[in-house]
Amino acid sequence: MKIYVCIKQIPDPNTVVSKLDPSTKRLVRSGVSLVLDPGDETTISAAIKLRDTTGNSELVAVSMGPASAQEAMRRALAMGVDSAILVTDPALAGSDTLGTARVLAAVLKKENADLIFCSTESTDGYTGMVPGGIAEFLGIPQLTFAREVNVEGQRAVIKQVTQTGYRTVESSLPAVVTVASGSFEAIYPTMKGIMSARKKPFTQLTLSDLGIDAAQVGEAGAREQVVTIGKVEARAAGQVLKDDGNAAQTIADFLQRYQLL
Amino acid sequence: MAKTIWVLVEIENGRPARSSLEVLGKAASLGRAEAIVLGSHADEVASGIGEFGAEKVYVHNDPVYDTYLTLPAVDTLSDLLKQHQPDLLMLATTYDLRDIAARLNARNNMGLITDATDLQFEGDTLNVTVPWGGETVVTATLPKQGTGIVLTRPKAFAVEHFEGRTAEVETLNVSLQASSQVMKVLERVEVESEGPSLEDASVIVSGGRGLGKAENYHLVEELAAALGGAPGATRAIVDAGWLPYSHQIGQTGKTVKPTLYVAVGISGAIQHLAGMKGSKYIVAINKDEHAPIFSVADLGIIGDALTILPQLTEEVKKRKVQ
Repeated sequence: MKIYVCIKQIPDPNTVVSKLDPSTKRLVRSGVSLVLDPGDETTISAAIKLRDTTGNSELVAVSMGPASAQEAMRRALAMGVDSAILVTDPALAGSDTLGTARVLAAVLKKENADLIFCSTESTDGYTGMVPGGIAEFLGIPQLTFAREVNVEGQRAVIKQVTQTGYRTVESSLPAVVTVASGSFEAIYPTMKGIMSARKKPFTQLTLSDLGIDAAQVGEAGAREQVVTIGKVEARAAGQVLKDDGNAAQTIADFLQRYQLL
Repeated sequence: MAKTIWVLVEIENGRPARSSLEVLGKAASLGRAEAIVLGSHADEVASGIGEFGAEKVYVHNDPVYDTYLTLPAVDTLSDLLKQHQPDLLMLATTYDLRDIAARLNARNNMGLITDATDLQFEGDTLNVTVPWGGETVVTATLPKQGTGIVLTRPKAFAVEHFEGRTAEVETLNVSLQASSQVMKVLERVEVESEGPSLEDASVIVSGGRGLGKAENYHLVEELAAALGGAPGATRAIVDAGWLPYSHQIGQTGKTVKPTLYVAVGISGAIQHLAGMKGSKYIVAINKDEHAPIFSVADLGIIGDALTILPQLTEEVKKRKVQ
């Protein structure tokens, strides 16, 4: 089975206060620490688990991003993914979710993917719209928010998280599957994995390799536009203090003052 | 001329979902709101939908929409959009509506803005407010022609009541394609959870990676209990397996609006903030003075949660007794 996992490199959510550039109206990606989206690590782990329990399968990581995204691809390879494909092209800057889905779908269509894993949403953009877009462009089912994934012959069956519990949902393959947080145990790259990552196949593609019209992607193709970026009003009482040993009292005083006790 | 705004209204236990009614109320304030109701019980839901703001309702009563996810609704909506070309489609952010939105957008090349907390028309231009992170608020628009889609943040709007209003009902004549009946629901299971539900809790104490290890999470639970609240979690610790997904707060977890939110060892990733920024009072404890959570805290303490939490729990218990 040919299994694919779509991943993304993003500003590190744990150390970077993400900013929007007021002139380009886009996320600032230069001069900040960029990492493989932590949410994608769970998804990659789920995909590796499925590859390993299904005979005769390979797992490929796919991404769209600037050249720096190579680092994220290498981490995926170090985790145990077999090969990686990165689509990188200046014309892709400013792509919206539709443009992104279009590009990833084009790669996956060429590859004849059987099963495509995605996170439910990215940690930076968090729209959650790319997996459904990919599924629509490929004309295949999408099974979302899976906390369990099983493949039985040519069918995929998931336990889908809902507000009140879960649903068991099935579809034929090929299909897109999105993985709910915390559903699969994380796999960490080993030293051996990091070393072998260097030798694994890594392909870089541009737009022309995919036969996509540049007018449909990038900023030119985006159908949404940021008009203004403003500062939110600071919260009324906002103050930040260093614990001087009396933090508990300080907090309790605050709670008492606002009748929260 | 008044704008026509469509709202796909979800059905929950034979009634219109509250989240959809909130969106319908907002749509009614923007112009002429029309509802689309699909699934079993659609007829019953449609008959009362006028009172929540709809001037017209398109109905198709068919269990296929409930048994087969996403595509039957996308097919029906796509046909309707081509026929009627409303100015805007608004959807609540729920599991099913997000899936429908993503495919509808790709199929019809529409334009899609997510996580909106407000929107209004200025002439023909739609201005959509999307808070971003802790410090930023963005105004976005859909500049290209055709119907666009806006997904709204949970609890951004209130349900509105229009007493005595009845919507004009149009029963759809739709043949549902077998080729779209591909994602089949085999069973639905309700899982009972103990303790106050996060969405109803007036106090939430939430823990994140800063707690260090799963064994420390009990400190969060103890403070939550002392304050009479519910314990919550970030996606990071749910991913790490410390807690089940039901505790997750954030854009794909739960959106909460408690009176008090205490964030412990939480850095404040954008999608977490999206889930709790509406809290009335936010207290944050984190070792890292640069943690983004401090930008939304009313009171932020730079310090070690593992030391402060047990002291705070004691102090809270002491003061409650007085």
